[in-house]
Amino acid sequence: MRKLPHKDVAIIGLGWTGSIMAHGLSEAGLDVIAFERGPWRDTAQDFPPTYAPDEYRYRVRHELFLRPAQMTFTFRNNPSQTALPIRDWGAFMLGNGVGGGGLHWNAEMWRFEPSQFMLKTHLTERYGAKFIPAGMTIQDWGVTYDELEPHYDRFEYLCGTAGTAGNLRGAIQPGGNPFEGPRSRPYPTPAQKQPFNATLFAKAAREMGHQPFPQPSGNMSQPYTNPLGVTLGPCTFCGYCEWFGCGNYSKASPQTTILPVLVKQPGFTARDNCEVLRIVLDAGGKRATGVVFVDTDGEEWEQPADLVLCCAFTPFNVQLLMLSGVGEIYDPAAKRGNVGRNFTHQTVSTATAFFDPATHRFNPFVASGAIGMCIDDFNGDNFDHGPLGFVGGGYMGQVQTNGRPIETTPVPAGTPTWGAKWKAAVKQNYNSSVYSGSGVHGSFYSYDDVFLDLDPTYKDRFGRPLMRMTIDFHENEHKMSAFLTDRYAEILRAMGATRVDKLPRTGHYDVTDYQTSHLCGGAVMGAEPSTSVVNRYQQSWDVPNLFVIGASSFPQNAGYNPTTTVGALTYWTLDAIVNQYLKAPGPLVQA
Amino acid sequence: MRKLLLGTAAFVLLGAGALAAAYVATDPKLPSGPQAESHGDAQSFSEVEYGRTMLTVADCAACHTAKDGGEPFAGGRPIETPFGVIVSSNITPDRETGIGTWTDEDFADALWHGFGKDGHQIYPAMPYPYYTHMTRRDVDAIHSYLKTLKPVHKQVVSDTLPFPLNIRLGMRAWNLLYFRDGRFAPDPAHDDVYNRGAYLVTGPEHCGACHTPKTVLGGDEAGKLYQGNVIQGWTAPNITGDRRRGLGSWSIEDVVEYLKTGHNRQAASSGPMAEEVGLSSSRMKDEELRAIAVYLKAQPGQDDGAAPVPASDPAMRAGAAIYADSCASCHRGDGSGVRGLFPTLAGAPVVQQLDPTSLIRVVLQGARSAATPSAPTGAAMPSYDWRLDDAQVAAVVTYIRNAWGNQAPAVEAGTVAKSRRAFAEQAHPVE
Repeated sequence: MRKLPHKDVAIIGLGWTGSIMAHGLSEAGLDVIAFERGPWRDTAQDFPPTYAPDEYRYRVRHELFLRPAQMTFTFRNNPSQTALPIRDWGAFMLGNGVGGGGLHWNAEMWRFEPSQFMLKTHLTERYGAKFIPAGMTIQDWGVTYDELEPHYDRFEYLCGTAGTAGNLRGAIQPGGNPFEGPRSRPYPTPAQKQPFNATLFAKAAREMGHQPFPQPSGNMSQPYTNPLGVTLGPCTFCGYCEWFGCGNYSKASPQTTILPVLVKQPGFTARDNCEVLRIVLDAGGKRATGVVFVDTDGEEWEQPADLVLCCAFTPFNVQLLMLSGVGEIYDPAAKRGNVGRNFTHQTVSTATAFFDPATHRFNPFVASGAIGMCIDDFNGDNFDHGPLGFVGGGYMGQVQTNGRPIETTPVPAGTPTWGAKWKAAVKQNYNSSVYSGSGVHGSFYSYDDVFLDLDPTYKDRFGRPLMRMTIDFHENEHKMSAFLTDRYAEILRAMGATRVDKLPRTGHYDVTDYQTSHLCGGAVMGAEPSTSVVNRYQQSWDVPNLFVIGASSFPQNAGYNPTTTVGALTYWTLDAIVNQYLKAPGPLVQA
Repeated sequence: MRKLLLGTAAFVLLGAGALAAAYVATDPKLPSGPQAESHGDAQSFSEVEYGRTMLTVADCAACHTAKDGGEPFAGGRPIETPFGVIVSSNITPDRETGIGTWTDEDFADALWHGFGKDGHQIYPAMPYPYYTHMTRRDVDAIHSYLKTLKPVHKQVVSDTLPFPLNIRLGMRAWNLLYFRDGRFAPDPAHDDVYNRGAYLVTGPEHCGACHTPKTVLGGDEAGKLYQGNVIQGWTAPNITGDRRRGLGSWSIEDVVEYLKTGHNRQAASSGPMAEEVGLSSSRMKDEELRAIAVYLKAQPGQDDGAAPVPASDPAMRAGAAIYADSCASCHRGDGSGVRGLFPTLAGAPVVQQLDPTSLIRVVLQGARSAATPSAPTGAAMPSYDWRLDDAQVAAVVTYIRNAWGNQAPAVEAGTVAKSRRAFAEQAHPVE
């Protein structure tokens, strides 16, 4: 294998976290190389407005996503089953190429609630340890909301986030989310304008005593130039955000916020279409010496580096640790190991509401990925769980992101699934129903039997074991989903719907049914090496010159979209590397 | 058309060349008198530093550094001219393949008169008809800076023009017709700022090389300074004080911001101008850019008396529909654009040039705007060549040129068809 000249930093994955780290560390004077398994992606060249809104190409045929032939996982619901390979993505999508998930997201930009970062402590103090269900393995993060606040702020200002502040330095603000943690300054841009369906939802929610506010959005409400000097344009409400790249430069993404500056940064190099196969460790296994990657000719190369950053998507970060022998793989039976432990996703549910076409014409195609009016009254621990017998929650809202023709076919339950009657029902209801893909965005807390490990049977194209996902819903999440969906349906009824079809999350976790792409955990952060893979700075306990960055660090998943917290954690880690690690390379927290 | 033009040019060149033979024989090769004195001193910080700034003003890197990681100033970049492709020379101090053996006199002779050291004539793709206005101090300073570069051993074959244009003797006849030797003289009727601008524009910046209309032989058309030209498949727009097509509607600050960042409240540079901004004007001092703006805005425009195409014209109606469908999401329905991203079209001089080449080009092929340190976004327009046919491009371009109070001649489908073919065949397009 050929060895390339040494670099200071090797970054695996060039999405949000990789771009932010590459920019910050090359700015600090380091020689940085980033590896991206997929292609380079440029707005005008690769997803221009002339064909970006192609629902079949992007939504149905998964243009921007990883091909399972390149890499996939096996899946099962519980350890008693035999896992089988996933051959077509369903429950979640795996971004591929420069920009990663940051290119195809909706840009719903939530901060997590402050109590989330102390979740186990908080719930124990309020309800007692016995209130937490058996087998649930939630834990504190090792970092607090107050510590992350400046980094949340930095990410929001990078993205130009549009929103209405609800809590400015402790003072509750009218029109914002009263449950949010204190923010040091307002959002960089005002909230997006809201369409009819969201306005109606907010009115109904307010009249029911809830506290609606506009969803914080990375779709621009106005032109914005970020602190790096990069300009984004105003959103045109085309309704092609999630699953798509934005051809109009109006959705925050690495492409529209950071890459134009990063690519000109001295000391930065990127290799696209190069897949990192493993992190190379020294003989003692306590120090990373670089990475091995494979190019499109199938040739393997070694890239030596002083610092290695795993900036791939959640499961790939975990997989790289497993395939590189960093840490011990979680074994639920033996109660050993942490790599793969506390894997989580989301508990999404919704309800579809039908209105009288003569009085309600919603024009759902006027939309953006993060548009909508929401309430946070039933998220986190914003409400008393005592009488309800479950923990967790979620935001809910009228957040219909599109009216795209192939997928927007709301019909009342019981309608035939094809044929003339189905067509007539679609025609009748298309413009007079509200149809949020994720109207209720529920949390997914961690359990001892939801985890990642290596599959004993199936191999990837390099002959290595595939990673195996073992994941199912538990009674706590079913109860939560039923409760939240009922609250949501009440509001939809109050909007004046003639019929509401509830779709709470029930039964087993279904890998073919799309929820969100919010896979979390598996390489979680924490204060103790006994229950975490990385310390509070996302630094590996086992290999101190390796940082594992992203939602893989979440000990459990909150009832929010994760990316803003991923951005905040990335800036938090960048700050720790630049201001602490580089001055004295070694563990930033003593185990 | 291109071949025909080439043939005519060659014929005229040869004829003129014969007439000029007697003159050539007695042409004094070097200047004499005090001007021949050397000021170049590669040992002096201030001289070298001044030379570097003047070299930036003169934008030598644009031609003499090959794209995509070419060694600085080692030449080898193909330069597209109306007569064929010329390859730029190596101007590093390599003694064998560069200009390492050149004296300051040799260097000044090249910049002022277009002679290489061995006495061979340089093609006026090297803008000596403009550099001839430069002071000896500035020329020497540039040479001083070049002497400090790493010598790069790289042989460049620059004789790439087809017969008979490869006979460099012909250039002497060309010089007789179009070249006026002489240093810049300030105009006492104007102030220092104007005169500084005049010096920079007519001399080192050589703005006229692209922006002044050319004769069939590639010489500047008399009396039409800076009134716009077509070069390398782009329209180099009118940069006089003309209010509709030139810089008349831009403030001094608008011009300075454009040259500094590649963008201003209305425009975004792309094509060869984006390259100029990146390599040259974005690196210049604000006061020099101001002087350039003052001078250019004082230049007379043209009174072309073009009438607007009426909104009722079928092409305008089709163009309005295409615009709403394909253009309005970025450039906005009223043509106002988005500052820093999508250029303004309403009232913009660049869309109202008499020649529509750039506009057609940008619609067909797309274009990337300049990314500079103070405006790093570098947004790009996508290509529409696969989506709009010739008549549709002609309609939307006609519409853009005549909507919102704009006024410029209609564009025919046949013109788009010719452009489409020409762009597709262009060997060295500027992105």
